[in-house]
Amino acid sequence: MPELISTIVAKYNYWIYITLMMIGLYAMIAKNNLVKKIVGMSIFQTAIILFYVSIGAKRGATIPILEHGHGSSHITHAVDYINPLPHVLMLTAIVVAVATLGVALALAVKVYNQYNTLEEDEILTQMREK
Amino acid sequence: MKIIGLIIAVLTGALLIYGTVDFPEWADPASPASTHLSPHFIEKTMEETSVPNIVTAVLADYRGYDTMFETTVIFAAGVVCFFLLRILKKEGPRQRLYRHALTGMTIRIRDGEKRPSVLDEFERIDTMWTPYDVIIKTVCRLLIPFIQLFALYVIAHGHHSPGGGFQGGVILGASIILLAISQDLRTAIKRMSEKVDAILSPAGVFIYAGTGALCLLLGGNFLDYSALASILHVDPVTARSHGILIVEIGVGVAVMATLIWIYNNVSSAGKYDEGL
Repeated sequence: MPELISTIVAKYNYWIYITLMMIGLYAMIAKNNLVKKIVGMSIFQTAIILFYVSIGAKRGATIPILEHGHGSSHITHAVDYINPLPHVLMLTAIVVAVATLGVALALAVKVYNQYNTLEEDEILTQMREK
Repeated sequence: MKIIGLIIAVLTGALLIYGTVDFPEWADPASPASTHLSPHFIEKTMEETSVPNIVTAVLADYRGYDTMFETTVIFAAGVVCFFLLRILKKEGPRQRLYRHALTGMTIRIRDGEKRPSVLDEFERIDTMWTPYDVIIKTVCRLLIPFIQLFALYVIAHGHHSPGGGFQGGVILGASIILLAISQDLRTAIKRMSEKVDAILSPAGVFIYAGTGALCLLLGGNFLDYSALASILHVDPVTARSHGILIVEIGVGVAVMATLIWIYNNVSSAGKYDEGL
């Protein structure tokens, strides 16, 4: 039993991200409204961003900005700073996610102009009628 | 469809949770991600690039290619929004609303109707909904210059504190979008026209790629900023620090212009007339 609890404590962050990711996946598959699908896509992206940031964490370490930046021969140890690489990757990913969200919304506007609705089943009926 | 979706989501989730058994523990200093490349970045960044913020150094120097193409992706997204939505045909709305500034009286003019001669005293408002709130307008007008100043600080101080081109560019773009939300879209476009967006957005990418090409011309590798030392008259390590600042400015310009461009196109559905 204590072993199980220690496993849960060590891994529960991944489980939260997986739950979030599956909420996004379910929204993308099952929701009828196109904007809700886009929201699901954003939740999915958020889960991946959180996952990457949590990979960079280190116990007892601080943010990756060096102390004693200039003018001293201070030796830096890697254990004192968290891993900067996931932060770099997610920094660009967040801004790219916003830009691609703009493209998705632009497509939704186009679909609305064409069919006067954003509900998937209504769009499909209109397409079959033509 | 809903049940199939639920089954797929639950199955995938269960599979992924089973996969976490092999994952390193939360915040483990000996995890594989923290033991190979990241110690080099943390210990050598200061002597190689003289930038205390490791994230900035990795973003713009060690992983310069990645960031350059991320900026290109953002620019491409702005162009895609433009080509999808923009309606260049001049076609006014079927009716326009004008509000008398002093009395708050609103008049509606349908397309083709005669305009009253005293229209100068009226301001045009959106037909759908317009917040006429002096408090919101005044507070936003006071806040926007400080937001922009903070954005410039975030870009310029990215070497020493959390910040950089992406963050500063987003804050700059948000300040103009705040103007568009608190007043209306036409006010924001008067300040920052479509032409400016369309010029600045590729200009930022050009600054980034041009810096890389300049390094190539000066005898270094592409995006190897230490080659800039001969024209900046500093030692190669400081040249890398300055090169990072130049490309961060390029990223900031591109991100700012693209976000405003996307907002203008999406919020007005390409008409640039009445929007959110």
